[in-house]
Amino acid sequence: MNIAVCIKQVPDTETKIKIGGDGKSIAEEGVKWIINPYDEFAIEESLKITEKEGGEVTIISLGPASIDKTIREALAMGAHKAIRVDAPSIPFDPTVTAKALAEVLKDSGYDLIFFGQRAIDSDHSQVPSMVAQALSLPCVPIVVKLEIEGDDATAYREIEGGDEKISFKLPAIVSAQRGLNIPRYRSLKGIMQAKKKEIEVRQISPSQEKIFVRKLEYPAEKVAGRIVGEGAEAVPELVRLLHDEAKVI
Amino acid sequence: MSTILVVTEIRDGEIKNINQQVYTAAKNIGKETNLSVTALLLGSNLAALAEIPGKYGIEQVVIIEDGKLEKYSPDCYAAAVSDAARQKDAAIILMGATNLGKDLMARTAFILDTTLAQDIIGYKIEDGQVIFVRPIYAGKVYAEVQLTSSPAMATIRPKAFSAEENPVKANVEKLSIDLPDPVVVVEEVIATTGGKLDVTEADIIISGGRGMKGPENWHLIEDLADAVGGATGCSRPVSDEGWRDHGEHIGQTGKTVSPTLYVACGISGAIQHLAGISSSKYIVAINKDPEAPIFKAADYGIIGDVFQVLPALTEEIKKLKSA
Repeated sequence: MNIAVCIKQVPDTETKIKIGGDGKSIAEEGVKWIINPYDEFAIEESLKITEKEGGEVTIISLGPASIDKTIREALAMGAHKAIRVDAPSIPFDPTVTAKALAEVLKDSGYDLIFFGQRAIDSDHSQVPSMVAQALSLPCVPIVVKLEIEGDDATAYREIEGGDEKISFKLPAIVSAQRGLNIPRYRSLKGIMQAKKKEIEVRQISPSQEKIFVRKLEYPAEKVAGRIVGEGAEAVPELVRLLHDEAKVI
Repeated sequence: MSTILVVTEIRDGEIKNINQQVYTAAKNIGKETNLSVTALLLGSNLAALAEIPGKYGIEQVVIIEDGKLEKYSPDCYAAAVSDAARQKDAAIILMGATNLGKDLMARTAFILDTTLAQDIIGYKIEDGQVIFVRPIYAGKVYAEVQLTSSPAMATIRPKAFSAEENPVKANVEKLSIDLPDPVVVVEEVIATTGGKLDVTEADIIISGGRGMKGPENWHLIEDLADAVGGATGCSRPVSDEGWRDHGEHIGQTGKTVSPTLYVACGISGAIQHLAGISSSKYIVAINKDPEAPIFKAADYGIIGDVFQVLPALTEEIKKLKSA
């Protein structure tokens, strides 16, 4: 089985996000860059599948050379190969990412193309669906469980109030949701081996961005709340406040 | 005349609340941009449902009924929506930002060679153009985004706007479209949470963290949720440990919620969790650690043991409701 895992470099969730001087981008000083957490579930699942069925896991990511460090983290988990699709920066517009990835993935013979369900910086949740549309492949997003037998696949996809069981045929695209697995730690051996693995660079013809951030704002500052009291004794007062003041119950 | 096309999500034969919120938002945008509004329904047996958009002021309803649309299949639905958008000259396309909505709209945007603002919480109209506001970094920042392609597409976060009834007589039109055979088939829906209210759609959420000590104590959360008619949620460690289903996990790498009332029980308030609840109207925190960061985010707090406070709170609310 040949599996492609598309990953994105994002700021660590611990990062305190600060709006930069231009008012429309994030200040990058002090940001720790990581593999998008949802992509790690995709990498882990792919490694489990190839460990069982044989085959290779290829990491694919769009961006400038500075993302190589993050690609190597994925290789250090055990992925076999990597392709960096060259771009001057990681685009905000998900259609640009989708078109670039589709160009690289087209006719490449992967049985499964795995994504994280969304990137935790831009939160678009669009790229996997769009790549599926571009390549005319079945796509099951937000998968919490995946079973593969030959080229028959069954996935459990999260929806509001439940999970849907979906059957489909490979080749296909799947996006990973938390709960799919527990990603492995990078072993020292894996890190050393990753240093020797080649990251192939591909050039593509970039498409035009059609959605722009024109301004960033912090959400309205919350007015300081108050401690109503201690223990069960404070409950009647809390309920009174919720009923009379906040009017929410 | 160009229109705002509202794609309606039909689930279990019902048009859920989120759609009503989108109808109202579309009506308001239509007023400010001088565009008509058209509601689109896809599926089978739509005659009764076709009456609903009219309750929210939508004068044009378009229905596409086809056996291939009986169950959601992304490729078929996307083909239908894009065809309807072209036929109806949609300048703007809107839909609720549910898991289905986000997938369907992304695919439709790709077919129409346009782009999509996902999960918006607001909008501005400038010179007849719509600027959308959407949260990024799980809501740590809000971005005003400009779309330079047409149609402008957006999915709307549940509860970002309220629904307003405004009954009008709607004109219902049937469209017939040539659809591809579905490639992905939904085999069956296994309701893991027993058809309970999802956190993203709830007005009140009672949420538990590590302070609840274990899954065996969750009846305290559930009893309170039942008493207030709310949904149950949890923090990341709780779902990672398997105490609760991942669908209840609220936070930066889980769900973002915007309830009227969020009650955090035994949750310390890590920044990733706060990112998921910052759009809540009111936050109540119950924690025995007075230094817990959650108290800074809360409107009201009780310093106390959840095992004492929660049953007392449930009792007090039952008293209030029966008074």
